[in-house]
Amino acid sequence: MTDLILTPNINRADDFYAELLAAHENLSKEESDALNARLVLILANHIGDRAVLSQAIKAAQDAG
Amino acid sequence: MNKIFEVPLYPYQHSSDQDASVPVRHPVVIIGAGPIGLAMGIDLAQQGVKVVIVDDNDKVSSGSRAICFAKRPLEILDRLGCGQPMVDKGVKWDVGKVFFDEREVYTFNLLPEEGHQRPAFINLQQYYFEEYLVNRVRELEAEGAPIEIRGGNKVTAIGTHPDHATLEIDTPDGPYNIEADWLIACDGAGSPTRQMLGLDFVGRVFEDNFLIADVIMDADFPTERWFWFDPPFNRGQSALLHKQPDGVWRIDLQLGWDIDKEEEKKPENVIPRLKAMLGDDVEFELEWVSIYTFQCRRMEKFRHGRVLFAGDAAHQVSPFGARGANSGLQDTDNLGWKLKLVIDGTADEALLDSYDVERIHGADENILNSTRSTDFITPKSTTSRLLRDAVLDLSEKYEFARPLVNSGRLSVPCTYDGSPLNSADALDGPIKTRPGSSCPDAPLGDEFLLPKLGNKFTLLTIDAEAPDVIEEAGVEVTRLALSVKDDKTGALQERYLGDAPSAVYLIRPDQHVAARRPSFDENLFRAAIRRATGKE
Repeated sequence: MTDLILTPNINRADDFYAELLAAHENLSKEESDALNARLVLILANHIGDRAVLSQAIKAAQDAG
Repeated sequence: MNKIFEVPLYPYQHSSDQDASVPVRHPVVIIGAGPIGLAMGIDLAQQGVKVVIVDDNDKVSSGSRAICFAKRPLEILDRLGCGQPMVDKGVKWDVGKVFFDEREVYTFNLLPEEGHQRPAFINLQQYYFEEYLVNRVRELEAEGAPIEIRGGNKVTAIGTHPDHATLEIDTPDGPYNIEADWLIACDGAGSPTRQMLGLDFVGRVFEDNFLIADVIMDADFPTERWFWFDPPFNRGQSALLHKQPDGVWRIDLQLGWDIDKEEEKKPENVIPRLKAMLGDDVEFELEWVSIYTFQCRRMEKFRHGRVLFAGDAAHQVSPFGARGANSGLQDTDNLGWKLKLVIDGTADEALLDSYDVERIHGADENILNSTRSTDFITPKSTTSRLLRDAVLDLSEKYEFARPLVNSGRLSVPCTYDGSPLNSADALDGPIKTRPGSSCPDAPLGDEFLLPKLGNKFTLLTIDAEAPDVIEEAGVEVTRLALSVKDDKTGALQERYLGDAPSAVYLIRPDQHVAARRPSFDENLFRAAIRRATGKE
């Protein structure tokens, strides 16, 4: 079983972050929320592994 | 109009029990002549158990009510001798379409697996369903089977005792009393029996109202299940369109919580809603309108001494997924043979506790699925709506999101995993036929497997030797010998063998697997028979 990766794992992290912000530019709060929701679902499907997804939900809860 | 639901099918008749000086004792009394009570009565009467069904009404259900019947219940009805008229009259369907806002987001096909005698689903009005069951009761009566329906008999009080129950019954001729060794309450979600006995019924209430309208129209909509999320004609809510026999269409519109039910039910308010949905130029006639709310709940136990609960009386779910009547029929399927063994003294009363274990497992599965569907259809918070809408938007473009769309997870047979009646799985065979599963059908030449199973214990051997009859602890088990040589489609092998070269299955009277092994071992199968009848 793979574990959730919680160490740096994104190449050129600054570029990714800028891309994520750009996707939300000029969107209303509602549109942004919807975009985030779609993104979460797409990423979750890509991961697929239910155990990793559970760990991710827990990790997000713990960091807030 | 003289529709079937307006005709008294079991009108009140004076019974000699009413003139008896001491209350007459019956082996089994069933309260409620709905789909579940009738099926229960037929199952017992077919086994020679004397049964009286009492109901305060004398007609089948008014309005279509339950309309969707799944394969497993149809197979149970086959065992009860009345599956064919249901299938002949019912509308078969397997395509569903999902709409979101103004768009069709995707189409699904239930793609029924080949090699089953019965379709995945039929739609049939509950009044027809009940009528065919009553017909079957009449047929059994004519054959001399000990079954009786007493219409116009309203149970007003119940007394419970260690070895029987007493009933006070009101009739047009006044009250009378009877006694029952066993009492089965099939009197619906509002079960008066449950209330008279002061028993719990706990669960979750959903704050929502749904309008059901049955309309008769000559429409060229295809025979498909259409489900809308947030359509322009019912903003922020859901809608469902489904075809029934005789040009009757079921329309189900979510209305929300704060509504005036009496107002909403009036034709002058219903018709504009339907016109908005169907278009102004579609001619239709309203057959039945009802507004319902629902809860997902169940009794803590279905067996209370000599009183047993089945169907909606024991558990209630939302209509999404067609898990109400379908699960009630599985209750009767589970209870019938067990009660017969107990009444005959072949098995101990404790066998009936497995009814609780197995059907509570079924009810919990249904409640879980039904609750999840409801949470998807009627999101309870801004965020749950946001995620729901995200799933729907994605489902239009990407296949991955479609399994997340939940407009009802349609009823599938319940597997009694962990049942005390199961013996440990000793075959490296297909998971779908593990102990606890209901037997999947398979073609056998021009015939099918399932009609050869049921009503008794069967030892199914596939390319394995075994005695033709085994008798253990008063239970007779007869062998059904099959071979993959006769399995032209390969379905038998795929469903019952997998990679195993041979198999022996012990199959219960309700067509569920109790035990399986690669070959016959007398001691182990005798133990499995004792275990399946609550003796081990």
